[in-house]
Amino acid sequence: MIRVLYFARLRDQVGLASEEIDEAPATVGDLIECLSARGSDWSDAFSGTVLMAVNQEMADRATAIADGDEVGFFPPVTGG
Amino acid sequence: MKRRISVQVEAFDIAAETTRLAQGDTAIGAVASFLGLVRDDNTVGEERSAVATMTLEHYPGMTEKALELIVDAALARWPLQAVTVIHRVGPLAAGEPIVLVLTASAHRKAAFASCEYIMDILKTEAPFWKKEHLPDGGERWVDARESDGEAAARWLKRDS
Repeated sequence: MIRVLYFARLRDQVGLASEEIDEAPATVGDLIECLSARGSDWSDAFSGTVLMAVNQEMADRATAIADGDEVGFFPPVTGG
Repeated sequence: MKRRISVQVEAFDIAAETTRLAQGDTAIGAVASFLGLVRDDNTVGEERSAVATMTLEHYPGMTEKALELIVDAALARWPLQAVTVIHRVGPLAAGEPIVLVLTASAHRKAAFASCEYIMDILKTEAPFWKKEHLPDGGERWVDARESDGEAAARWLKRDS
């Protein structure tokens, strides 16, 4: 099982802050493909610039996912 | 090396933080500071709009880790005695302090440069997001600025 978190505008777009997914896809890119297949809200949200983190460290689509991992998706950051 | 990293709702006191940073280390000859405030307007392209308040969202856990990594990278580049990074989250009104970076070194050059570096990298790598609340009741997420990416890239270029 993996935990997936969505932040800021991306969370508003998909209408979900977090969820648990039983079967972990092999990579973050595979996970994005699964999520994008859920409908137009999801595919639209992931068609823009989306940043990603695995276990709270910046990752990319090639990053591997293992059982128990936390994956975060979010738009470009705007702090400071 | 003294470091203080805090992600907090509460306001901070720049004078108290500066005293805390430099106290007890007489090798420190220079402290540089950056204080960021909430502006009352945001201009997107040609469109200027008033901003009454904003809400700062972050990724709890990852935010603190990202700030630690940014401070680690600054320490690898400059001889620093102490660093403080405080970033507020939650609702903030125009004029309120939002971010504070303090860097302490023996000499001013390292203090100035590392302070600017930490802010430039924070703007593009620390997971914070601003949502603006407009006077008409509307709200919108702030878009990332291209100039912020360029400011951060400048430092990376100097490495190569």
